[in-house]
Amino acid sequence: MIEFSEIESSIQSVRDDPHSVSDPAMCLLTLGEQILENWLQSHELEPTINQHEGFRLLALHRQGAINDPSFLACRETCRELAYQVNLYRIKNDTAQVTMMAMVALHLLYFVRGKLEVQQLGEFCCSSKPLRTQKSNITSR
Amino acid sequence: MDKNENLRKDLQRVAYYPGCALEGSGHAYNRSTKQVGKKLGLDLVEIENWNCCGAMEVKNIDPEIQNFLSVRNMSIAKHKMGFDVVMAPCNGCYHNLKKAEHDIAHREPTRTALEKLSKKSKVPEYKAGDIETIHALDWIKHAIGESNLARQVKNSLKGLKIANYYGCMYTRPRHIFPEKDQGENSESTSNPHFMDDLLRAAGAQIIDFPLKTACCGGAHTLSDCDTSTRLVLNILQAAETCGADVIATECPTCHTGLEMHQIRAEETLNITTKPVMLYFTQLLGLALGLSPRKLGIQENISDSLDLLRQQGLA
Repeated sequence: MIEFSEIESSIQSVRDDPHSVSDPAMCLLTLGEQILENWLQSHELEPTINQHEGFRLLALHRQGAINDPSFLACRETCRELAYQVNLYRIKNDTAQVTMMAMVALHLLYFVRGKLEVQQLGEFCCSSKPLRTQKSNITSR
Repeated sequence: MDKNENLRKDLQRVAYYPGCALEGSGHAYNRSTKQVGKKLGLDLVEIENWNCCGAMEVKNIDPEIQNFLSVRNMSIAKHKMGFDVVMAPCNGCYHNLKKAEHDIAHREPTRTALEKLSKKSKVPEYKAGDIETIHALDWIKHAIGESNLARQVKNSLKGLKIANYYGCMYTRPRHIFPEKDQGENSESTSNPHFMDDLLRAAGAQIIDFPLKTACCGGAHTLSDCDTSTRLVLNILQAAETCGADVIATECPTCHTGLEMHQIRAEETLNITTKPVMLYFTQLLGLALGLSPRKLGIQENISDSLDLLRQQGLA
């Protein structure tokens, strides 16, 4: 497991100097995968090597949400990162790297916050009560 | 009369559900929504004796109680006031009313629980489809439309670079918004654009930025303030990097969060960001020639007056 602080520094390094790595998009995508690997490993799960829609990042996110629907709250951030990678591949514009880095940082802050605070994400649109749809009233 | 004209006519006079936030921290949103509606010739009739929708908390105790809180408002609008459409400008309220509608339509346990609660509280029973809930963005977009709006602009927002921040609850989860992602003229859940369309019609330069639907940590601002600050700071920096002067909002929780954590980031992390926050209704109001005071701009924590003066809008 790679420390979040280390991942955060790596993302910021790529953001500040995209030319410091040969493929900044791939680098940020890998860092995004590492964020999700941390989530899975902390839940004693083996991170998948499979891909979903051409991205391991999306497969990792789906794996992380299987027993924790509240993790769906960062689905759009993962998809945005994948989208930004695609944009970079089309445009090959280093200005795009800054945006990618910010999306990757958003993912990091969310997942790190969620590991620190158990309930983070529970209040969100994809929270457990909404997904499990369990009624307490009807059982009374 | 074509379909769009019928829809416009139906939305000229709608039931208005402001929700609790618009009576408190989001007062300026309430004020500017009413002012813009009035200016555009639209009529808002506040739901009589409305109650809190349960916000983000009640569902964690009991999701059916949360549904009932929303349904009571919808029932009053339909059965006591005779409306078919409720407009809720707050993302949290809008989301909860849509979720209640979805659950009534698709879940027998919800229908059973709500029948029981309605009888107990003597609220006329609400049936799926009795009311259509819309957001303030839907309301102006469909009741007025971009071309009509553009014709009524007195002070163009030309020169103002605006990043539109929709927040997470306006489009998620997708299944409670069946009217979205239906092609032309409908809102997109993956790339919402109604605020872009309206503000562009008012002359603004719309800045695309990748975190327009990202979580602002709004619900965690009390329990995990540092995470909320990091999330908001990232949104602010992304908008600033994309060249935005203004972040337009359409949710009181997002708006207050962006304002508060911008200041907190300065104080705790020593990181300053430039964009100012304005409700989209305040921006539309300025374009329609309303004064900043009428739109409650002085009530915002984020001080946008200097920028607005530079642009000749205040």
